[in-house]
Amino acid sequence: MESLLKVTHLKTAFRTDFGSNVVVNDVSFTVNHSETVAIVGESGSGKSVTALSILQLLGKRGYISDGSIRLNELELTTATKQQLQHLRGNDISMVFQEPMSALNPVLKIGYQLVEVIRLHTSLDKAKAKLHAVEMLKKVGLSDPLRVMRAYPFALSGGMRQRVMIAMALACRPKLLIADEPTTALDVTVQAQIMRVMKQLCEEAGTSILLITHDLGVVAEMADRVIVMYAGQVVEEGHVFDIFEKPKHPYTKALLEAVPKLDVDNRQLTAISGSVPTSYEHIMGCRFANRCAYAKPHCTQEPPKLVEVDKHTGQKSRCFEWEALKVKEDCYVK
Amino acid sequence: MSNNPLLEVKQLKTYYASKRGLFNFKTDVVKAVDNVSFTIAKGEVLGLVGESGSGKSTLGRSIIGLETITSGEIIFDGKPINSMSKKERSKHIQYVFQDPFSSLNPRLTVHETLKEVLLVHQMAKGNGVNTEINRLLDLVGLSKDSQHRYPHQFSGGQRQRIGIARALAVNPKLLICDEPVSALDVSIQAQILNLFKDLQQELGLTYLFIAHGLGAIKYVSDRIAVMYKGEIIELNTTDYIFQHAEHPYTQMLLQSYPIPDPRRRHITI
Repeated sequence: MESLLKVTHLKTAFRTDFGSNVVVNDVSFTVNHSETVAIVGESGSGKSVTALSILQLLGKRGYISDGSIRLNELELTTATKQQLQHLRGNDISMVFQEPMSALNPVLKIGYQLVEVIRLHTSLDKAKAKLHAVEMLKKVGLSDPLRVMRAYPFALSGGMRQRVMIAMALACRPKLLIADEPTTALDVTVQAQIMRVMKQLCEEAGTSILLITHDLGVVAEMADRVIVMYAGQVVEEGHVFDIFEKPKHPYTKALLEAVPKLDVDNRQLTAISGSVPTSYEHIMGCRFANRCAYAKPHCTQEPPKLVEVDKHTGQKSRCFEWEALKVKEDCYVK
Repeated sequence: MSNNPLLEVKQLKTYYASKRGLFNFKTDVVKAVDNVSFTIAKGEVLGLVGESGSGKSTLGRSIIGLETITSGEIIFDGKPINSMSKKERSKHIQYVFQDPFSSLNPRLTVHETLKEVLLVHQMAKGNGVNTEINRLLDLVGLSKDSQHRYPHQFSGGQRQRIGIARALAVNPKLLICDEPVSALDVSIQAQILNLFKDLQQELGLTYLFIAHGLGAIKYVSDRIAVMYKGEIIELNTTDYIFQHAEHPYTQMLLQSYPIPDPRRRHITI
């Protein structure tokens, strides 16, 4: 199947007073039609910058220095401003972590929703309003007319995030980029929001690129998973393979570091050290100094992302991936 | 449970008045903590779980006196807490905050922060201060060389370690931990949770561990109290809560928690 989004060898950097700082290096992945792909990583791993690169919302200092991003046939890295403007909202939309800062605080919800719909479709004002109400109903808001008349501050966090999702999906985009969409919400609300997102995207055939640090959310939502560490993709694979037979020590360690509800945890296996803040100078594998499997050669040369399983297409950026044994308690049922 | 609990909270109420209407004529009462009773035994970890707005932080803050309580009784080690001076209270009960960066003084080095606590509470003097600081840093897994650095020079996990070291400086009997790991990365969370567990076993500490993450709560707690709208709706041993939760809200909380296992998805269409 032809993929919807194809990112190849993406390299994004930020200009600083001390020269250029490469934040995302050699990131490649694809998102197929109606597929949910999760990018998972800790803060500073480059997952958000990867998402922002796709929409080219990098600000003044950020720029894509290498690589290509293709949506269907269109190359986004060389697209004009007009093309990109047309693309945002129509083909790709985005949901952010904090809905309060993404909504305009001085305009009513209805105004903001209708504005988006009229900008991207040929509907007149009355029809756009009907569509807006219908979208709010679809995201599970019980009294959409009241929400239309409300200002953002009058809504709860969960309601605001529902409005954001309604706005993002109002024009049936091909791709929804959701950057930590449920991180700021309570668990019970989080489950509802995830359900709404999944349902609506399934209906409209929208693919989701989900950015999160929460492995629980990944397990609930994703078809495929991309694990990022220090600006690189370290592992990629089907959600079951990633959780059941991780082929990168970082993925494995991350899974073991999460306290489980059903297993009696005596001691959590913590990852020692912390995420490096600058990683340009690291010669070898960027995870080597925290890795339990590291061999002397790991710090000498950088490993490449290689396919470790021909059938499933699972990829890992590790020299020692064959040494990874799946422990009994590691989610094998 | 022993006969003499370390902390006993009886029918605690913490209400806030919120003014509304023209010229603030009308007063609404927000019942942040409403009729809450529980005990914590010596050496026990009580987990307090609830969603935002459930009153779990207000409860913790009421116990150390950061909030004025409306009615009820808090008995610490057999003594009513209002009979203790502020200083005495803080010597026995310490607090670890969610965001260590905003709870540490940015203008003081780690050494100065810890020294202040030690001197105020007369825990050490003279050369003893340095020895004590080294011991504390060692206890929380920070290197001795790092004590002359400022809070901004540390990572989030390290800052939380400083926050814990400061809380431990007075040899408290009870530690109230308010969301101590929710601001940290997954791989760091595990380090800090392990540290809490190790310290508890090493020093025989008692914790009131407040969190919204069920995983973390389960990992550290002996018993769990579930709060909803200012009330404790269920309190039982950790195993019981996770296996036979009785209250529908607790059940919903457990079901909503995303399990990192793709074969057991809750969300199906």
